[in-house]
Amino acid sequence: MGEFDFSVWGPSLPFIRDGLLFTLRLTLVAMSGGIVIGTLLALARLSPIVPLARLAGAYVDLMRSIPLVLVILWFFLVIPYITGSPVGAETSAIITFTAFEAAFYCEIMRSGIQSVPRGQLNAAHALGLGRAQSMIHVILPQALRNMLPVLLTQTIVLFQDTSLVYAIGAKDMLKAADVVGKNYNRPVEMIVLSALIYFAICFSLSLAVKQLQKRVAIIR
Amino acid sequence: MNYHWNWGIFLEPVKSGDETYLDWLITGLGWTLAVSLTAWLLALTIGIAVGALRTTPSRLLVGLGNVWVELFRNVPLLVQMFLWFFVVPEFLPRDWSLWVKQEMPAKEFVTAAICLGLFTSARIAEQVRAGVGSLPRGQRDAALALGLTLPQAYRQVILPQALRIVIPPLTSEFMNVFKNSSVAFAIGVLELTFQARQMQEDSEQGIETYLAVTLLYFICAFTANRGMAWIEARTRVPGLIARSG
Repeated sequence: MGEFDFSVWGPSLPFIRDGLLFTLRLTLVAMSGGIVIGTLLALARLSPIVPLARLAGAYVDLMRSIPLVLVILWFFLVIPYITGSPVGAETSAIITFTAFEAAFYCEIMRSGIQSVPRGQLNAAHALGLGRAQSMIHVILPQALRNMLPVLLTQTIVLFQDTSLVYAIGAKDMLKAADVVGKNYNRPVEMIVLSALIYFAICFSLSLAVKQLQKRVAIIR
Repeated sequence: MNYHWNWGIFLEPVKSGDETYLDWLITGLGWTLAVSLTAWLLALTIGIAVGALRTTPSRLLVGLGNVWVELFRNVPLLVQMFLWFFVVPEFLPRDWSLWVKQEMPAKEFVTAAICLGLFTSARIAEQVRAGVGSLPRGQRDAALALGLTLPQAYRQVILPQALRIVIPPLTSEFMNVFKNSSVAFAIGVLELTFQARQMQEDSEQGIETYLAVTLLYFICAFTANRGMAWIEARTRVPGLIARSG
């Protein structure tokens, strides 16, 4: 049984806070960007224009079939060739996660759109709304509300996955814990602390999603 | 775009040694398969057991099963890897701790396989619970009315049906195991992602490297998918699947 010294948690807190702020920023940007792009991808997949639907489908399938760590490494390697200048690990992480999560949000939005009864679309057309109008004012709001719990659950997964920016050395919460652990020579205590923080946040969020799920179910 | 393509790079020797880069990737594929398949066997065994426990009438067992699932679901896999690798040995009795740290053979592999196995078991437990829950209540009642004990009812009646129902979600879990095994690079398992990073640094041919590795992961996931589809077709019970699907 090793000897532990948890007093390192005190001085580590400012670093953990900064790291956590980056983790949260990454999660929120990737979530909002991912949901917007994901919804566009879903519309493309459901579009009657076959090449567009194929292209969106291929993108989603590709993202879903390779490991996230590899996607992170890929983007970190390729983005500098596209932009012409090197980007930092943090910027690269934000671009990567938005692009990667879009594929997963796309599948959620697609099943959300498909879960809206066909009568809604017919009714919207009968009222004189055009295709785009009925999508924006009738179908998407309902799809979004029905899928809200699933979208949030995916966001919890995303929050956990952001820890994988470790692969390119971006300074998220886990990296902060790692650095403090090395500086104070207390790596074990710092791993435990980061595990506890992740657990506390994810567990409370998932309880909140369960509550929300019950309320959404009643409205429906 | 001034990238220098060099597709011959795979057959060139690495900077320090007689191996070629292809040898590195083959070693990587071997470890990826070893970690994933070991973890999958562990995950299936524990996941089915925990999933079944969560559907029993005992509130204690259900509670324990729930704790298991929540623990593994709410901490990132990478953090779990670090916990198993750096933290758990510290909590063992002194002799064991020393043995694990200094003498345990293939320490990184064993740790990664256990970690990934338990992580996946929580997800399988969730699928199995849903599968058992989707069976008509009459199946359990009839089994018990015939005089089977509860364990017998699970073994002979409930699980054989529930497991067939959950094969599609298990298929995607099986594919996830291969993807998630990439996280094992962080504790030094010489699997594909580790080799990819190493080859990129050593050869400076990043795009060829990652294309090859992406292809290898793709083949793993595709084979897993086809394998499960074969099992699904072989174990199909016509009436049951038709009704539930």
